[in-house]
Amino acid sequence: MKRLYPYLTGGITEDWTDYLLAYQEAGADAIEIGLPFSDPMLDGTTIQQASDRALRRGATVDAILADLAAVRDRITVPLFAMTYANLVFSDGPEVFCRRLAEAGVSGLIVPDVPVDEADGLSAAAEAAGVDLVLLAAPVTPPERLAEIAARSRGFVYAVSVLGTTGERDELAGTAAPLAARIKAVTDLPVLIGFGISRPEHATTAARAGDGVVVASALMRRVLDGATPGELLDDVAALRAAVDQADQEVPADHAHAEVSGDRG
Amino acid sequence: MTVLESMAPPTGGRFGDFGGRYVPESLVPACAALETAFREAWADATFHERLAELRSVYAGRPTALTPATTLSADLGITLMLKREDLAHTGSHKINNVLGQALLAQRMGKTRLIAETGAGQHGVATATAAALFGMRATIYMGERDMARQRLNVFRMELLGAEVIPVTAGSRTLKDATNEAMRGWVAAVEEAHFCLGSTAGPHPYPWLVRQFQRVIGEEARAQAAVQPDVVVACVGGGSNAAGTFAGFADTRARLVGVEAAGGAAMTHGRPGIVHGYRSMLLQDDQGQILEAESISAGLDYPGIGPEHAHLGATGRAEYATVTDDEAVAALGRLARAEGIICALESAHAVAWVLRAAGTPELPAGSTVLLTLSGRGDKDMATLAGVTE
Repeated sequence: MKRLYPYLTGGITEDWTDYLLAYQEAGADAIEIGLPFSDPMLDGTTIQQASDRALRRGATVDAILADLAAVRDRITVPLFAMTYANLVFSDGPEVFCRRLAEAGVSGLIVPDVPVDEADGLSAAAEAAGVDLVLLAAPVTPPERLAEIAARSRGFVYAVSVLGTTGERDELAGTAAPLAARIKAVTDLPVLIGFGISRPEHATTAARAGDGVVVASALMRRVLDGATPGELLDDVAALRAAVDQADQEVPADHAHAEVSGDRG
Repeated sequence: MTVLESMAPPTGGRFGDFGGRYVPESLVPACAALETAFREAWADATFHERLAELRSVYAGRPTALTPATTLSADLGITLMLKREDLAHTGSHKINNVLGQALLAQRMGKTRLIAETGAGQHGVATATAAALFGMRATIYMGERDMARQRLNVFRMELLGAEVIPVTAGSRTLKDATNEAMRGWVAAVEEAHFCLGSTAGPHPYPWLVRQFQRVIGEEARAQAAVQPDVVVACVGGGSNAAGTFAGFADTRARLVGVEAAGGAAMTHGRPGIVHGYRSMLLQDDQGQILEAESISAGLDYPGIGPEHAHLGATGRAEYATVTDDEAVAALGRLARAEGIICALESAHAVAWVLRAAGTPELPAGSTVLLTLSGRGDKDMATLAGVTE
């Protein structure tokens, strides 16, 4: 089955965990929780604004994890934390990963720790029972892609486009070929993220990979004041779009289409 | 060890515990390609010939080593000034930019992306882009654009596009984030012409190699070898280039930070902008905003090689306040007829404060790098002294 991993910036509002519960109720297979950082190098305007708003509210890693612990009994889907290296290494990766595990977070995505810098973090994550998800990009050469796929845990994150997070009118043409390249070297699920802005993008991307991560399109709604109930509808629409990829495209057709794009 | 080999290339992209390549996967191949291109170029005599020619016929090198006779007499020391303010575009930034533009051309890139604080690196990049027939996109914090308007005008006159950065403190830190985002989106056609000894490997090393001409010239020019070598430090490129010429001597190396941007003095190890070094940050790991009158030193980090030189004790780092820097700029101007940049004035202020104390005993010989000229700071100074 194709997967849907929606993203939420932790601590964005006082009742931010209500959005988590709404995502879950709408059919998220897992949820990515952003731990806001002052200098989010790989994020576009929307996630930058969401991070700034959360930080201005006084959101900290401790506070976000405490909020999570409070709703832990009601969360049944896996949670992945997404943040930047400085927060992870501030007290050391061992301490950080242990804190994640204690709060019920089972995965970690750190976009500014590429595979070459991941040794210490990778060991710390494994010791804590946390999946360290690695990212692959359209410019990643084949040998390196194989190493990323081999060392990633949980899933492989396919960065669909050369660019930051953020909404785009079209799904990047680089998304499907990258997903195909990753799928050729791993049995892990391949999730496509960056610029999945509309349900039709989600359908197309889910066809090429095993599912999608959607962040900016949802966070823009949250920034604009949409309620957890309204986000539930948004995520439900994405759920339907992702499921459509499952139903309408036989596997061999998807493969042919991807091969065509590669050529 | 020869002068050229002093301060070796980093092993595995690291200077001791500092440095590294903490960048998104999208940028890793570009960093690796740049490292390869730089290693090849640095081993290529033709590259060095072209760089040497540009330095001499275009940038005005070698820059003078000026004895500061009045201040020397007043302070009871021998003070020599390495005059990067005399280089084309008005600061040492041109040394690095000419090297990187040659590299970019070698790699077939058609566009330069740069971050800038005081605007000196932005002007140098815009200049090199004009010279090499490339496009230039310069990211600059909105606050810095306001206080360095002259440099914004210069960049635009040179044909560069200056993009205002409105996030965070609207200074160099945020401009660097935005430049890196811009690079991610244009990595195939653009070269990120990073202006300091910061950022992911190979930048801290590459920029130092292009700046070491400062220290090597100064060493050859000095009639008497200095006891103390001093330079201002933000990201740290003029200091790293100066220190490289004296690392294998017995000279004390002193880097002078702005009190409000003193990553070495008040920071702790952390990771930002692709490298691990000393950083101003809170106890949670959020990066703090620096606060200095000097836009070029208004930065919460410091190059990883400086963090290493500090950790090993080879170099020492001191701080100077805004007021001390402003006073030093005026005193140098009246004593020697040289109006230096506010950044460089921090190094001057340290000498003024330390001379005659155990930190800098009477009779010492001091070599000080004046990283740039002060034209860009006249509006700021007029505001301060009114």
